[in-house]
Amino acid sequence: MRRLINLAPGRNTRWLLALLPLMLIALVYLSASAQRHAANPADKLLPTPAAMADAFHRAAVEPDRRSGARIFWTDTAASLKRLGTGLGVSAVLALSIGLVLGLLPLARATMAPTVAVLALVPPMAILPILFIVFGLGELSKVMLIIIGVTPGMARDLALKVGQLPREQIVKAQTLGAGTWQLLLRVALPQALPQLVIALRLALGTAFLFLIAAEAISAESGLGYRIFLVRRYLAMDLILPYVAWITLLAFAFDLALRQCSRWAFPWFHQGRDEM
Amino acid sequence: MMRFPARPAASRVPPSWRHAVLALGLMVLALAGCSREPAQTADPASAAPDAGVKPSYQVAWSIYAGWMPWGYAQEAGIVDRWADKYGIDLELVQMNDYIESVNQYTAGRFAGVSVTNMDALTIPAAGGVDTTVLIVGDYSNGNDGLVLKGKDGLAQIKGQRVHLAELSVSHYLLARALESVGLGERDVSIVNTSDADIVGAWQAADTTALAAWNPQLAEILATPQAHGVFDSSQIPGEILDTLVINTQTLEARPELGKALVGIWYETLALLQAQTPEGEAARRAMATAAGTTLEGYEAQLATTYLFYTPDQALAFVRDPALRESTDRVRSFSFEHGLFGANATSKDFVGIGFPDGGTLGDPDNVKLRFDDRYVALAADGQL
Repeated sequence: MRRLINLAPGRNTRWLLALLPLMLIALVYLSASAQRHAANPADKLLPTPAAMADAFHRAAVEPDRRSGARIFWTDTAASLKRLGTGLGVSAVLALSIGLVLGLLPLARATMAPTVAVLALVPPMAILPILFIVFGLGELSKVMLIIIGVTPGMARDLALKVGQLPREQIVKAQTLGAGTWQLLLRVALPQALPQLVIALRLALGTAFLFLIAAEAISAESGLGYRIFLVRRYLAMDLILPYVAWITLLAFAFDLALRQCSRWAFPWFHQGRDEM
Repeated sequence: MMRFPARPAASRVPPSWRHAVLALGLMVLALAGCSREPAQTADPASAAPDAGVKPSYQVAWSIYAGWMPWGYAQEAGIVDRWADKYGIDLELVQMNDYIESVNQYTAGRFAGVSVTNMDALTIPAAGGVDTTVLIVGDYSNGNDGLVLKGKDGLAQIKGQRVHLAELSVSHYLLARALESVGLGERDVSIVNTSDADIVGAWQAADTTALAAWNPQLAEILATPQAHGVFDSSQIPGEILDTLVINTQTLEARPELGKALVGIWYETLALLQAQTPEGEAARRAMATAAGTTLEGYEAQLATTYLFYTPDQALAFVRDPALRESTDRVRSFSFEHGLFGANATSKDFVGIGFPDGGTLGDPDNVKLRFDDRYVALAADGQL
């Protein structure tokens, strides 16, 4: 039947349609940039693509005038280290908390309300306290990510583990499984792919906290650079950095999805993938 | 299962209708959100002098001892009175984030902004926005300082991690301080710390050195282990706090400049007056700055305010301004603040009241203009 609901794009059309909105955004940017440069050739707000390429080249290829480092790569390495540590610790914590809360009613009764309350504390608001407890070094930046991301992931996992079919739990017990075995052999394998999903969803938030932490106090990092050059409105460097962060986040998301498909093929069967 | 009594009215509505109503509600909310965007005349040129309606201007300011008069003038109605006199609409808008206020001015959102000389040079002027320094309000005379924890000699800063807002006047102060004891920036490592978080950062055990400005500096110096080892009173006249206006806007509407200068000196006279009105004004500014009257007066003591137009004129016309401006632009260029296009510190031209310039005379983007303050000095406002 020829209705809008039944029209699906072919393979090539799909690519074209996917690129269309992005190309529109680029077009709007280019015309706005050209307009501002016609009025003021030294405009910093909407730099031309050539200016951005130039700034990126200086950051990625030429050694920095003051430190001698290639700042783009030192920034990326510093940020990735913080992000990786933060997300890694968060994942382990969230998995442990989620499993225990989801599986054990006693633990749930004691801890779930606390986790729910903690999840609602905005970490940025208690920042001065975090400074005093964790100092201003690397630890505080990683902790900001952990505090910001873990409660949400833990709650999500607790919810998913709590939704495991009651029949599975009963059946495992009739086959002689103890609590420990239930945790490791029934709940854990099913929680792992959920953890990957939680990680994928937490990626954006983790980046947000990373950039915030680096804006507050840092010597290197992607967020540090953005907030530093923002002081003299160097959008020609900020925009390539933003594009790079987006690309990194996109690549992580894709990698996590592929990892999950490879490690837990049973989980992805018959699911609509996003 | 059902926890709430079923409402017969609701159940009679088919589900699809409920969805439609929900979607409609969300759309209304979204639209309401959009329409809250203030409809401002950002473009300076749009306020043409001969337009039928009153031209309207917004000037941004942020919290700093030497800029508090702007906030008080707006509250006390001084702004409205001068704006009416010159037939314009004028509003002084307080911004919480200083650097954001300067960026917004550079983008064309405000007709003017309160800014330091270094930031005026490196943000709007280097960004091609022709900017006039209408009023040099004060210079920092101890308002910016370098603090060490548990050590009281400036030379002991060597090898330490210094927390400060990188590329700001604090950074400039550090460079000048290091120079005075024969050290360079390579002898310390700089940790970029935002001005809003610097007081919290000082509380952290691993923070041993920092540079800050008031009111944060006063709060840090009040802690037991803090030793001020260098401050801006040792480099008088180099860190200026000014009010700048977009040059084209000012040319199109000189009344804007006249009104602002009039407002400024009327408020400063009030700030200095030893009368009940004067004290009420100081008290109001202190409260707005988040401190007590005593705290604010202490900050004013380290701010060298030019209380009269004559004092400001003498400063702006003094050849010493050229020398200090040269230092500031050299620092700015060496730290890459002029951007990629700049090949030397002469990239941005700076004009002085005597008609002389520093840097490229064909690219003058920062102009020290004494004409409006001179009108105030002659009592012609």
